Amino acid sequence: MAAYALRRLLAAIPVLLGVSVLVFSMLHLTPGDPATLMLSGGGGGGGGAGASAEAIEELRRSMGLDRPIWKQYLRWISNALRGDLGRSIWSNQTVTSMIAEQLPSTIQLTVAGLSVAVVLGVVLGVVAALRPHSWLDTVTMAFASLGVAMPGFWVGLLLIFFFSLHLGWLPATGSGGFSRLILPAATLGLEASAIIARLVRSSMLEVLRQEFVTTARAKGLREFKVVVHHALRNALIPVVTVVGLQFGALLSGTVIIETVFARQGIGRLAITAINGKDFPVVQGIVLLVATIYVIANLAVDLLYSILDPRIRYS
Amino acid sequence: MTEAHAVETTPIGSSSPLTRNPQSRLRSFSRRFFRNSSAVTGAIVLGLLILVALLAPVIAPYDPVVPNPRHRTSPPSREHLMGTDNLGRDVFSAVVYGARLSLRVGLISIGIGATIGTMLGLLAAYYEGWVDTIIMRGIDILLAFPGILLAIVFVTILGPGLSNVMIAVGIASVPRFTRVVRGAVLSLKQGVHVEAARSIGASNLRIMFLHILPNSLPPVIVMATLGTATAILSAAGLSFLGLGAQPPTPEWGAMLSNARTYLRDAWWWATFPGLAIMVTVLAMNLLGDGLRDVLDPRLRER
Repeated sequence: MAAYALRRLLAAIPVLLGVSVLVFSMLHLTPGDPATLMLSGGGGGGGGAGASAEAIEELRRSMGLDRPIWKQYLRWISNALRGDLGRSIWSNQTVTSMIAEQLPSTIQLTVAGLSVAVVLGVVLGVVAALRPHSWLDTVTMAFASLGVAMPGFWVGLLLIFFFSLHLGWLPATGSGGFSRLILPAATLGLEASAIIARLVRSSMLEVLRQEFVTTARAKGLREFKVVVHHALRNALIPVVTVVGLQFGALLSGTVIIETVFARQGIGRLAITAINGKDFPVVQGIVLLVATIYVIANLAVDLLYSILDPRIRYS
Repeated sequence: MTEAHAVETTPIGSSSPLTRNPQSRLRSFSRRFFRNSSAVTGAIVLGLLILVALLAPVIAPYDPVVPNPRHRTSPPSREHLMGTDNLGRDVFSAVVYGARLSLRVGLISIGIGATIGTMLGLLAAYYEGWVDTIIMRGIDILLAFPGILLAIVFVTILGPGLSNVMIAVGIASVPRFTRVVRGAVLSLKQGVHVEAARSIGASNLRIMFLHILPNSLPPVIVMATLGTATAILSAAGLSFLGLGAQPPTPEWGAMLSNARTYLRDAWWWATFPGLAIMVTVLAMNLLGDGLRDVLDPRLRER
């Protein structure tokens, strides 16, 4: 077990290194001189087209853009590891503090979305598996097909239209408070729930066919116990991996959802920063999200290997 | 299971697909294809969409870009089937032209992704060793960026605009193809026909392109179909965020972004483009799933 964990951990390190190189080089791969480029964004205030030559020089010096690239990278990565992601070009706030301000809202949204996705997906998948080829099954799977095809930003707009503008039940935009979390979380979780529902259904159908289920039923156990305690536990093993992957998808999905619902969060922060060419902020956010995703996948792999010991030896 | 398929669909005598003649393979494929409802439905709807896209100048009653101030924000009517937007532009015409854009974006992105991804997968699986390691590490790095984050990274580098979105989404789709092709090639390498070819002295390159590549195409085709659906969604999403199609381009995602402010007064503006996206993606998913069912059992016959 420890050997497997170590192997996976060691495999993750070069990936994280590669990610950091790619993120770092975002600024330098963009055509144009970095300092001029960043000041052309016209972001938060001042700036705009035609930033003065002194401003450009000042930026170049403070960010060390005149030094050799590899030195810049080393400086950037060593700072990042210590929690210093630089400063925003426009607000001069540290990127770390900006992210820290916006992150809780995004985490809230992601967790809520994931909960919706898992609960809805598992329930629908189990229901469909218990009555295969019935109308319930067909409806559930049709919903799953539609859920995957409907773009998140469209679903969000539709939900706003119905529940906010038309019925007035829920607030449309803004952050903070449970009522403001409902629509965004539902939108975010919908697509993932469709994917999970399909997987749970096929996984459950596999498991329900197996002998131990027949045995459990023959023993006279109540159907509920058979389904939940025996079958579902085994059926959920492959679902764990998918949930881990969906976590990443949800995390990147917050970019769109936060824009639709005008919610606080690092997604919206990233878009503002991209439009303002505020590279330190963009790089900081991308690095953070990619790192979280790699670690989340690692955790899911390890969890999976605990649940299904056969994986460790492959 | 394989026997049943063999009796039903393959010509007399089961043999390696390479020794069966191309005409009978095509025939058996079409037979199976038309029996798969999912594939047929998807293909029909997709066909209609392609037709609409190609005939856009003929079908669209108005110019989607030119404002028409007298007909601002009007609901669906006989003159404007899907209503108009805040500048009086016909939503139906915009949706029709949008089909052109979205299909083009989807196909080109996947074309880029599939080409690069297939080549990489082929190389990685055929040569193995350090070539494989380097390529797969690179793929792992690309996969470390969830969802559309990778596409966002490339759009940040390249700048906004639909052509850059095509490149960004294309590169973001490379990992999927590389993995699928690598897996297919790794298992194909063990095949008897490869051994036979090598024993008569065929060069590596020849084996790779004449023997292995054609047989690894089925999963690529499936992945390309399903991938185009994802690409269209991603491109629309990026346009929605303002990183893709720039105004006044009638792209579905961009339209939804503009419609957002007018949601209360102009529900039609936000409904129809989204519906169009959904129908397109659904059609491609159905086609892709159908193709997978049709092509997959054939893979197992090997």
